[in-house]
Formats: sequence, C-alpha cells, structure tokens
Amino acid sequence: MSAVIEGHHDDHHHGPAKGITRWLFTTNHKDIGSLYLWFSFIMLFIGGAMAMVIRAELFEPGSQIVSPEFYNQMVTNHGLIMVFGVIMPAFVGFANWLVPMQIGAPDMALPRLNNLSFWILPAAFGVLISTFFMEGGAPNFGWTFYAPLSTEYAPPTVTYFIFAVHIMGASSIMGSINVITTILNMRAPGMTLMKMPLFVWTWLITAYLLIAVMPVLAGAVTMMLMDIHFGTSFFKAGGGGDPVLFQHVFWFFGHPEVYIMILPAFGIVSHIIETFSRKPIFGYDSMVYAIASIALLSFVVWAHHMFTVGMPIAGELFFMYSTMLIAIPTGVKVFNWLSTMFKGSLTFETPMLFAIAFVALFTIGGLSGIMLAIAPADFQYHDTYFVVAHFHYVLVPGALFSIIAGAYYWLPKWTGYMYDEFLGKTHFWLSFISVNLTFFPMHFVGLAGMPRRIPDYAMQFADYNMIVSVGAFLFGLSQLLFLYVVLKAIFYGKKATGQVWEGAQGLEWTLDSPPAYHTFETPPNLEAGEAKG
Amino acid sequence: MSSESSYYVPDSSKLPIFMAFGLLLFVLGAGSTINDLGKESSNSYILLLASFAVIWGVMFVWFSNVISENNQKMYSDQLNRSFVHGMAWFIFSEVMFFFAFFLALGYVRLFAVPWLGGEGEKGIANILWPAFESTWPVMETPDNENFPGAHHNMAIPGFSKLHTWLPFWNTLCLVTSSGTIALAEAALKKGNRTSFKSWMVVTISLGFIFVFLQGLEYYEAYAHMGLTLGAGIYGTTFFLLTGFHGFHVCLGAIILTIMTIRGFGGAFTEHDHFGLAAGSWYWHFVDVVWILLVLVVYVF
Repeated sequence: MSAVIEGHHDDHHHGPAKGITRWLFTTNHKDIGSLYLWFSFIMLFIGGAMAMVIRAELFEPGSQIVSPEFYNQMVTNHGLIMVFGVIMPAFVGFANWLVPMQIGAPDMALPRLNNLSFWILPAAFGVLISTFFMEGGAPNFGWTFYAPLSTEYAPPTVTYFIFAVHIMGASSIMGSINVITTILNMRAPGMTLMKMPLFVWTWLITAYLLIAVMPVLAGAVTMMLMDIHFGTSFFKAGGGGDPVLFQHVFWFFGHPEVYIMILPAFGIVSHIIETFSRKPIFGYDSMVYAIASIALLSFVVWAHHMFTVGMPIAGELFFMYSTMLIAIPTGVKVFNWLSTMFKGSLTFETPMLFAIAFVALFTIGGLSGIMLAIAPADFQYHDTYFVVAHFHYVLVPGALFSIIAGAYYWLPKWTGYMYDEFLGKTHFWLSFISVNLTFFPMHFVGLAGMPRRIPDYAMQFADYNMIVSVGAFLFGLSQLLFLYVVLKAIFYGKKATGQVWEGAQGLEWTLDSPPAYHTFETPPNLEAGEAKG
Repeated sequence: MSSESSYYVPDSSKLPIFMAFGLLLFVLGAGSTINDLGKESSNSYILLLASFAVIWGVMFVWFSNVISENNQKMYSDQLNRSFVHGMAWFIFSEVMFFFAFFLALGYVRLFAVPWLGGEGEKGIANILWPAFESTWPVMETPDNENFPGAHHNMAIPGFSKLHTWLPFWNTLCLVTSSGTIALAEAALKKGNRTSFKSWMVVTISLGFIFVFLQGLEYYEAYAHMGLTLGAGIYGTTFFLLTGFHGFHVCLGAIILTIMTIRGFGGAFTEHDHFGLAAGSWYWHFVDVVWILLVLVVYVF
C-alpha cells in the first residue's frame, strides 16, 4: 500500500508517517479511505469463499460436501459479511476518499473519530469470524437473525454476534456523523447544497439513514440479548411478547439499510455516466429529490419483507402501495441516466461498462422487486430463490458493480497509476456474463418453488442449480482478476494525469494524481456552477 | 496550518486505536461474561473490567487533549461548529435507539397482546392459550406457569395518592433539573460564576436523587411486587424502557458532574463552553424521553 500515496510535494507540512503506525494512528481521510477499501476487498474474498462453499454444496442435489449445520453457518456469515463487511465499508471508503476532495475540504470534520470508526470494524469482524472456532459454531440463523431461531434455538456464540453487531453499528454511526458533519459544515465557499456533486448528495442522505436506523438495529440485538440471558419476553408469546415483533424491529432497520447499500451506488454511477457521455447529468435537481424521496419512503415500507407473517389486511395493503411508490423516484433516476447518455459522445472504458451494466441489471432487480411488492403474489414468491435472485441482482450487479466501476474510475486518481484497460474490460465481460449466469436462473427455480436457505433440493431443480454454480465459480474467479488488475496498476501502471478522464468534472480532478497527502488546506475558490454535477 | 481560518486537522493519534482495542476487549469480555453467567468459576469478568479501564482511560486522555487544544486556540469557529453538528446527530441516534423500544411497547400493546387475547383481526392467536385475556398491564401472562406475571404494577394510582407514587417525584426531579441547568447556563453566559456553580450543583443533585429513587423503585418492584425482568411482557417493557433511560440519566449525571468539577476549576468562559452546552443538551434529551416514558409506561 505504501506506493499508493507518496507525499512527493513540497508544499505541504507533513507527509505520511512511515511503516505500520501510519495506518494505525492515521487521521488522514485518504489513508482511512484506503483502509476501508482494502478491508472491504479482503472481506469480499472471505464472504465470496463462503458463497463458493454454498454453491459447491448446491452443485448437485443431495448432501454433497458440508453438513446442513455448517451450510447454515455459511449462509448466515456470507450474508452478514457481504452486507456489513463489504458493501457498507466500501462505500464508506469512497466517502472518505471523495467527499472532502469533492467539496473542497481539507479532511473529514472529525479526523480522530474517523480513525476509530474504521479500526473497530476489523475488531467486530474478527470476533464474528472467530465464532467459527468456538463451541457450538458460528451464528447459523440467517443474516436476518429472526427470533426465536436467533434466541431460543441459537448457538451460544450468539452473544458474541450481538456485541459484534453493536460494534459494527457504532462504527457506522460514528462514520456517518463524520460524513454528515463534513458535508454540512465543510463545503468550500460558494458550494451551495444544490451545487454539490451527486455522490456527496447520496452520502448526505445515506448518512442520515444510517444514523436513524443503526440504533434501531442495536435495539433489536439488545432485545435478543435480554431474551436469551435475562429472562425477558420480547419475542416470547408465552410471556405476552411476539416473535413477529422481532421482524418489525429488524426490518424497520433493514429496509432503510437496503437503500444505504444502494444510494451511494447511484452517486458513483451518476458521475461515471456523465463523464463518459461528456454531458452534465440530466435532471440534477430531480436526481436530488429522487434520492430524498427514496430515503423518506424507506421508513414506511418495512413490512413488505413479512407479508406472509400474518398481518392485518390493512397492513398488507399499506405496505404494498407504499412499496410500489418507490418505483417512481427510482424510475426517475434510471430515465435520467438514460437521458444523460442520449446523444452523448459515448466511450466505453471499463468504468462506463460497469456503470451501464449497473443501470440495466439493477433495473432487472428493481422490476423483480415490484413483483415481490404485490402482496398476494408475494405469498407465492416468499422465501424462494426468486427473492434470492431479486436481492442479488440489486446487490451484486447493483451495489457491487457500482463499487467496482467507481474503483476503476477513481483508481488513477487515488494511486496515480492507470489500470490495464484490456484486463479491465476482460474483467467486465467475465463478470457480466457470469453474474447473469449465476443469478438469472435463480428466478426460474424460485418461481418453480425452490426454497432458500436449504442445503438440498428436489431433483427438478438440478440443471439450473448446476448452471448457477458454474456461474458463481466463474464470477468468484473473475474477482481474482480484479485484484490482479488493481495490484498491477499500483505496481506497474502508467502514470496518470491529474484530469485522468477527458470528460470528468468536479474538484477532485483539479488535483494531481495521486493528490497530495493534504489537499485543499485553504478552500478552493469556486465560481458559480463550476463544481456542479 | 498556514492561515488563521484553516481547519485544524490533528496529527496522527494513538488514541483511536487504543479505543478500538478497548472495544475489542469489551466485546470479548461482555460476551464471555454473559455466556458464563451461572457457571461456578469464571474469570471472564476480568476481561470486561479491563475493557472498562481501557475505554475510560482513553476517553479521559482524549477529552483532556481536546480541552487543551481548545485552550491553545487551535480550533476555528468552523471546527467548533463541527462539534455542534456532531453532538446534535449523536443525540438523534440516541433518540432512535429509544424509538426501537417505544416501537416494541407500542406493538405489543396495540397488536400482540390484544391478538393473544382473541381481539382484533389476528385474534386467532388466542387458540394458543384460550384462557388468556388481554389487559394492560399484563398481570397474568398467557403462559403464566413459565412466565409468572407481577402481583402489582407501577401504573398511576390516581391523583389523590400522587404523593405516594415514586415516578411523580422522579418526574419532578428531572423536569426541575432541566430548568436548573438552563439557569446555570444563563448565569454562565452573564458571567455570574457563583450562580452558575450553584445551579450546576443543584442540577446534578437532582439527577442523582432521580437515580436513587429509580433504584428504590426497582427494589420495591423486585422485593414486594413480583415485578421482575421475567414477569412477562409488562416487566420486560417496564424494565427495558426505564432501565435504558436510567442508564442515560447516569451517563448525563456523570457528564454534568465532570462539567461541574471543571467549572469549579475555572473552565468555561461566557462564549466558550461547548462541553457544558453539549452536556446540557444531553440532559434535556433524557428529560424529554422521561416525559414520553411516563406517559406511555406509567400513565396510559
């Protein structure tokens, strides 16, 4: 990593410290951004390895490789790691690198808190992964940890899981307080809210969502802890509580969480599409309002995850209609991206390829979401592979593709070196083909009735599952190529210019590549409209 | 820093990584201590205590550093605004933490308990325990053998007996203390330090009286009313809501005690007293939560 940011300029006061202490003690937003991104990258391979175990087990019907108990642990930890350890930290890494540079700030508002937000994450995930080696095995109740599976019937390691979730939540809350304070308080003079780059806008709203719902998750796991060890009856009907209460509290967190994992992706993709279309984003204002509407709606749709749980009919109807409303602002965004590309001078470098794939494939995930939003139809789809296909379409070719796209797009800025375009495109096509091979057939087996979270399945699903597994292995291998492309760029890449991309707009492109260790120590002078988009 | 208006970015710091280490110890210590509850011999609590030592130690040094940096005029107005934003959003996150527990209380009172008692659209849940009748507070739980309900509850005994009811005195203490801390702040802004210090002492005294009365109430509940954590959903929601609130009152009282000690030591000026202001916001926040809590836990 030391090659990433060499302080080679003479006009700043202190460069990075040498050795490991640079990373342990750092208060620099660029260092902390890199730490988040590398942490997320490592966790991607750990969570990915778990997915490979799952797909190997499901390669053929019957019990193949692992015991059902271990399979459950794989499913649970794959989900937890991918959500809390890959997608979220990656976006926080982007925020750390980009928000100060895009708004012309010298650093994050609270730099020491920023370091703490990062370093408690490895602690939390270290504890979570260590539960595999404890008595009773790792958590095995799914990433949604429904009670009573996660309370009465949970392995003893659930206690460590609960505290690990508390720490992850604390990390997210502190990180978000930092981001929101930075955005509200540290914009360069002249950068009004409606001139902020869209990535900054998406993170402002994401940070708000995180601060609003992470404490609710903390409440949910605290109730679990009390039920397990201190005799309370939150989720025990015998005492007058209700297991369904867990689902309500969890999804009150969980649905905004879904948008936490996609809003920053919208920001990244907006920047990439305008750069490679050589046009400013179409409908900037409507983009901002759409993001805000999605965020507000996310608080009143949670029970669409639990249509089959036994809700009053009024609840089913309310949550069905409110969920469908989300299609409107999301549709606004998709059409804005298409309109931005319309009559643009398009070129198709790797980030643009991933961004276009994002728009197409995320829309597929969005459309299956509308199918799932229809309460009566959901009774058929609920807990089948159709749901697995839906949320993997929005999270893998959705959130993950945007992260990969953003990594290619800003890699030359961060490291100062260009990646290998041919290898990048190879990585794209391999990923694009294999991601569809993996997740598209899941729609079919799901509609035909294959349940999720089961290590075995009926014979009629065998062919599709084999295709899915082959796709998954190919997708997993393709990401090793991504690692190689990144390392090759860092160690053998060609020098990148400050501008990097011909059409790129925004303050970060006015800096050198790589930027000096401290940038914008005095705020840049913004002419009206200069930093928009 | 080159110009006066520039933002103070601290040099690299050892504090956060030590804090992260303290939190790692806390996760391991708390997890193993709770898992070992009821076991004959267990030393896991040592890990937990060690984590508290590390966490409190780091916090002490960290806050001391911030105070001394501020005294050396290293902080610009802009940075002080960052602290204001940070504290405001932190309190918002606390509000949402309480929201989860109010949500739980609302759900069981409006839906879960009536359904178990056979009322409402999902009253079919009554087939589980047909003898159960929905009342609030739930004194007899659906499965009363395994979750024996309380003999008495904490609901308001009627206005004529208000003076015998502890939550009334608790409310009085906390609401008054919210006023006295406002008086303390106002006195400080006017430069009247004696008045400031006196009102601070009154405020924290009221805070600790609240904590004491709350402890007394818990003792009564456990010793004489059969109202325990295990007493079904009423005991569950009662103790978790009042307990987390009481924990936050303790935190607030500790914060204000530290601020008072600093005040006696000559800290804070008429225009520069953010530590005190933040503690005061926090105190108002626990006051507001208490008022909501009295309404939904005790009165209605």
